[in-house]
Amino acid sequence: MHDWQPTASIDNLRRRAGIINQIRRFFAERDVLEVETPALSGAAVSDPHLFPFITDLVPEGGGPTRVLYLHTSPEYPMKRLLAAGSGSIWQQCKVYRNGESGSRHNPEFTMLEWYRVGFDHHQLMEEVDQLVRSVLGCTPARRVTYADLFRDLLVTDIHGCDTSELARLGRERCGFTGELDRDGWLNLLFSHLIEPQLIEPTMVYAFPASQAALARIVGSDDRVPSAARFELFINGMELANGYFELTDAMEQARRFETDQQLRAALNRPVLPVDEHLVHALHSGLPECAGVALGVDRLVMLAMGARSIDEVIAFPITRA
Amino acid sequence: MANYSTNEFKPGLKVMLDGDPCAILENEYVKPGKGQAFNRVKVRNLKNGRVNERTFKSGDSLEGADVMDREMEYLYADGEFWHFMATDGSFEQVGADEKAVADTKNWLKEQVIYQVTLYNGAPIAVTPPNFVELEVVETDPGVRGDTSGGGTKPAKLVTGAVVKVPLFINVGDTLKVDTRTNDYVGRA
Repeated sequence: MHDWQPTASIDNLRRRAGIINQIRRFFAERDVLEVETPALSGAAVSDPHLFPFITDLVPEGGGPTRVLYLHTSPEYPMKRLLAAGSGSIWQQCKVYRNGESGSRHNPEFTMLEWYRVGFDHHQLMEEVDQLVRSVLGCTPARRVTYADLFRDLLVTDIHGCDTSELARLGRERCGFTGELDRDGWLNLLFSHLIEPQLIEPTMVYAFPASQAALARIVGSDDRVPSAARFELFINGMELANGYFELTDAMEQARRFETDQQLRAALNRPVLPVDEHLVHALHSGLPECAGVALGVDRLVMLAMGARSIDEVIAFPITRA
Repeated sequence: MANYSTNEFKPGLKVMLDGDPCAILENEYVKPGKGQAFNRVKVRNLKNGRVNERTFKSGDSLEGADVMDREMEYLYADGEFWHFMATDGSFEQVGADEKAVADTKNWLKEQVIYQVTLYNGAPIAVTPPNFVELEVVETDPGVRGDTSGGGTKPAKLVTGAVVKVPLFINVGDTLKVDTRTNDYVGRA
């Protein structure tokens, strides 16, 4: 058996190309500008749970080399374009996440990311829904807050219960024996017990403020301040993650700092943060909402594929 | 034994879990949009056969289990142990107790080759081949000429196992039986 052949059928690749054309038309009709940003960056993502591929720029003819990181998402440079006055922009590109392999993960995958100036997360949820419905022909997504999902599916009040209660649920119902922090337990419960039940299109919003990443904190979506962040789930699979974007440069710098401390606490290499992004935010990011959507997963859903290998020509095992 | 990290949990890998040797059946990588990645693992406890689901942080590791599957020929039972001999020319013998032999007792026939699972050198499980041929020792008299199927009746085999057989089967017939389903397959 030789592994030279693609894992996806040529017919699947033809249908994939059709979906990508559909995406392009979707943004052309809405007059959103297509952009390209570098895959190689001097700074790395701050998220302690993402691992970039690291390489060296070696100048021909000698001189000092420069460490570069393959981007895990085009978020930072796209925000720099927004701060520079680009208006609404979109990009589809390959992104790279070291170590991620599974039936829904490949270390190199295709991401669709777009930013809408003047939108909040609710308006962007509506647009994500339009795009997904145009490709999948599915029903409109139900919208539900993170806290309501826990209440409905796990009978747990995440605002009221303490971490030991979350840990007890995680140990009993997920067969987990280690230790986690509060967000770790929430992630365990969400990914093991809630996500598999989100079969019909579901937009989950108002995430715990501690899981904001690059979203702003708002007081209006839930009875306690929450992250203006949303995720779309279909068929028990996460498809998209969006934010009403944080525009406060000081707060951004603080979150980078918190991520760096967490990285150190987890014994993970502390990588350079993107000072360009902090400067861009200082100069002024327009009010906007942005979202990243996994194109391979969208294609999987369109074709009813069980594994990402069915929709990409050459997964990492054959790269 | 070596340690294996979650990424090396391939189906068939034998690891120690809660003090018992276990075989990995499935391993699914689960990563939330933001946050810690997990591996959701299905394991079979090799001592009691039970299947469990467990979740680990990606990157956690487990100690490998000194477990080996060997092809061995069944020799005889002495009332306490069932004795098997290696087929690799070493003539090595092991005695499996009732717990290890478990339901495979119903399918043991001399000179047939079984898979014996050894943990630290001692048998903990015996797996029969998918099909064995065994003689009928007890059943209602056969209905002559009825080879078309239709009804069934119980037949007791030489090992004590009882299987459903067609009406035409007689005492003394040798049957081919599927050990996974207990189904009669045909006359041998």
